[in-house]
Amino acid sequence: MVRRVRGLSDRAIAWIFVTPTILLLLAINIYPLVWTVYLSFTNYRANRPNREIEWVGTRNYERILSDEGVWENLQRTAHFVTFTMLFQVLLGFGLALLLHKRFKGHGLWTTLILLPMMLSPAVVGMYWKYLFDPQIGIFNYLINGIWDFGTFSMTSEVALAPWAIIIVDTWMWTPYIMLLCLAGLRSVPDYLYEAAEIDRASTWRKFWNITLPMVLPFLMLAVMFRAIENFKMFDLVFELTSGGPGNTTRLASIDLKELAFDRWQTGRSSALAIILFVTVFGAMNVFVKLMNRVKAR
Amino acid sequence: MRRFALFTSAATMALTASVASAQDSITVGWAAWDPANALVELSQDFTEQTGIEVEFVFIPWPNFTAEVFNELNAGGDTFDVLIGDSQWIGAGAELGHYVQLNDFFDANGISMDDFLPATVYSYSTWPKGEPNYWALPAMGDALAWTYRRDWFERFGDEFEAEYGYPLDVPETWDQLKDIGEFFQGREIDGQTVYGMAINTERGSEGITMGVTAAMYAWGMEYDNPDNPYEMEGYFNAENVVEALEFYRELYECCTPPGWADAYMQENLDAYTSGQVAMQMNWYAFFPGISRHPDVGPVTGFFSNPGQEVDAATLGGQGMSVVGYSDNQDEALQYLAWFAQPEVQQRWWDLGGYSVHNDVLFSDEFLDSAVYAQGFLDSMQIVQDFWQEPAYADLMLAMQEHIHNYVVAGEGTAQEALDATIQEWQEIFEDEGIL
Repeated sequence: MVRRVRGLSDRAIAWIFVTPTILLLLAINIYPLVWTVYLSFTNYRANRPNREIEWVGTRNYERILSDEGVWENLQRTAHFVTFTMLFQVLLGFGLALLLHKRFKGHGLWTTLILLPMMLSPAVVGMYWKYLFDPQIGIFNYLINGIWDFGTFSMTSEVALAPWAIIIVDTWMWTPYIMLLCLAGLRSVPDYLYEAAEIDRASTWRKFWNITLPMVLPFLMLAVMFRAIENFKMFDLVFELTSGGPGNTTRLASIDLKELAFDRWQTGRSSALAIILFVTVFGAMNVFVKLMNRVKAR
Repeated sequence: MRRFALFTSAATMALTASVASAQDSITVGWAAWDPANALVELSQDFTEQTGIEVEFVFIPWPNFTAEVFNELNAGGDTFDVLIGDSQWIGAGAELGHYVQLNDFFDANGISMDDFLPATVYSYSTWPKGEPNYWALPAMGDALAWTYRRDWFERFGDEFEAEYGYPLDVPETWDQLKDIGEFFQGREIDGQTVYGMAINTERGSEGITMGVTAAMYAWGMEYDNPDNPYEMEGYFNAENVVEALEFYRELYECCTPPGWADAYMQENLDAYTSGQVAMQMNWYAFFPGISRHPDVGPVTGFFSNPGQEVDAATLGGQGMSVVGYSDNQDEALQYLAWFAQPEVQQRWWDLGGYSVHNDVLFSDEFLDSAVYAQGFLDSMQIVQDFWQEPAYADLMLAMQEHIHNYVVAGEGTAQEALDATIQEWQEIFEDEGIL
C-alpha cells in the first residue's frame, strides 16, 4: 500500500541510490580505463593535442616489452616489493606479538609505533633524505658509531640505494602490518589456548597450530594491500632518490611518470600503464584465491 | 525611482570599473629564483607608467618545465607573458604556444640588432637562425664558476709546490681538476672541504647542463653542420668521449660525498656553506653570491674554462607572449616597455641579466660587477642543447644515459653516447624528421 502511494517500487528506489555511484564509477574509473586502453594503441602525445592521432596497432606494446630498461625496472620493483613485504611481515608480526601482551605503557608504545604510517610518504622521503645525508645525517653517524665504515652514502651508492628505499618503506609501513596482525591476535578465542594448555602443548606448538593459522588471513590481507601499494610506489622513492643513482631505484611507477608527463609519450605510457595494471590485477587475483583457500581451512 | 536609478548607475559604474581593473593586469610566469625578485621590483615601474598591474607565478625549477607545459598543452590562459627556457622555443613556436613577434617588433621599432647576436639566435628565433622571432631576449645566462679567493690565496704556495704552477683561476679543465683534487678532503679551519660542486641531477636537465660545459670545451657538435641530424661520428666522436670520461673523473675525484643528484640549489648550498672550493652554476645566482655575508667578500668568479676551444653552456630565457592569453595587448605593452634601453639598464642594475647592447657595451658595464667581464665573454661563446619541439624527450634521453655512466658507473662513455644517439634517432623518427 505504501509502495503504491509513493509510486516507486523497491527496485526503483534501489536504482536511485545506486545510480549515482555507478555513474561516478563510470566517469572516474571505467571511462579513463577504456580511454587508456584506446590510447595505448595510438601514437597520441598529450603535448600535441592538434596532431592527428594515428592507430599504431600493438607497436607500443612491442616496444615496451622489448625494452630491456622496462624489464630492469620491473625487476627492481619486484625486488622492492619482495623485500619490503618480507621485512614488514617479520617485524610487523613480531611487534604485534609483543604488543599483544599487556604491559605498562602499552598504549603509549602502540601510538608511537603507529606514528610513521600517519605521515605523508613525500614527507617521509624528504625526512629520510636528511637522515641519510653522508655529512650531516644521523643514520651514518649511528652506523659509524657501531661499525666504522667511514664515509658512505645510502642514497648515492649503487649498492646501497635499493636498500635505502626498502629501509624507509619498512620503517613507514611495518606499523600497518602490525596493526592488522594485532587485530588478528585479538580475535583468537582464549579457549583455544586454554585447551592447548590442558593438552600441555609447547609455546611453539601453540603458536604454530593456533596463533599463526588464526592470524594468517589478516596477515595475507595486509600483505595484499601493501604489495599493491608498493607495486605502485612513487612519492616516497621519488623524494628520497628520484630513481637514482643511475637507474638503481627507478621503479615502474617512476618510469611511467617520466614517460607520460615529462616525455609526453602518452600512447606508449598508456601501454605501460595497462601492462602494469594487468600484472598487478593478475597477481592479486592469484593471491585472493590463495587467501580464500587459507580462510576455508 | 530617481534614487533607484542613481543607485543602479553607480552600481553599473562600480562593476565596469572592477571589470576594467581586472582586465588591466597581466600574469608573468617564470622560474622561482633570485632574478625573479628583481623582475618584481622592476615591473613596479611598468605599473606606474601604464596602470597595468603585473602579477607573477614563479615555479620552482624542478617543476618549471612540466608545470608550464601542462598549462600550455591544455591551452590554458594562466600566463600572459612567459619567460621560458631557451630550449622551449621550438615547441613554443610550432605548437602555437607563443605569439610570433615580428610584426609587433617592426611596429614598435624594436630591433633584434640591439641585442647580443648569440642570445637572439638562442632565445628568439625559430627555425634556428631565421628571422622569425618568438621571444624577446630577456635574461642572459651561461654556466660559469665561483671559487674561494681566500683559499686560493692561502694555499697558493702549497699548490704551486705540488703542481708546479701558480694557483689561479683555471684556464683549462685539466687545471680545474688539479685544483679540485688539491682541495678535496682538505681540512680548512677545522672543517673538511671538497674540491667542487658540479651538476649531477638526473630528473630534469642538471647533469646535461653540466656535462655539456665540458663537451663544448672539447669541441663537441651535436650533429653534422652540413647534414643536420646526422649525429653518428659527431656527438659520439673521440673528443666527446674524452670530455665525458673527464666529467666522470671530476665526479669521482672532487665532489662532496653523496653528490649524486645535485643541481643549482645543491651547488649553491654547498658553496655558501663553505663545503667546496669551487662550484659550477648559472650567472643568475652570482649577484646573490656576491652579496652573501659569509662568502660574498671572499668569492671570485670565472667563466667556463676552455680545453680544445672556448665555450660555455647557455642558460637564460626569452620573454614571450602566450598564444592563449586573453590579455595579449597588455602583454605586448609589457614587452615593448621591457625592451627599452633604460629599462634594460635598470634590469641589470637590479640583478637581472640584460643582453641589450647598450647595457653590455656601455662604459660603466665592466666595472658594474665583478662578474661582468666573465658574463660578457661567456655570452659570446655560448652553445645550447637541441631546441626542437621534442626537446624534453631529447633531454631526458641524454639525462638517463649520461647520469647512468657518470654517477652509477654503468658501461663506458662511448656506450653512453652511442645509446643517447640511438634514442635521439628514434625520437627524430617519431617526430618525422628522420
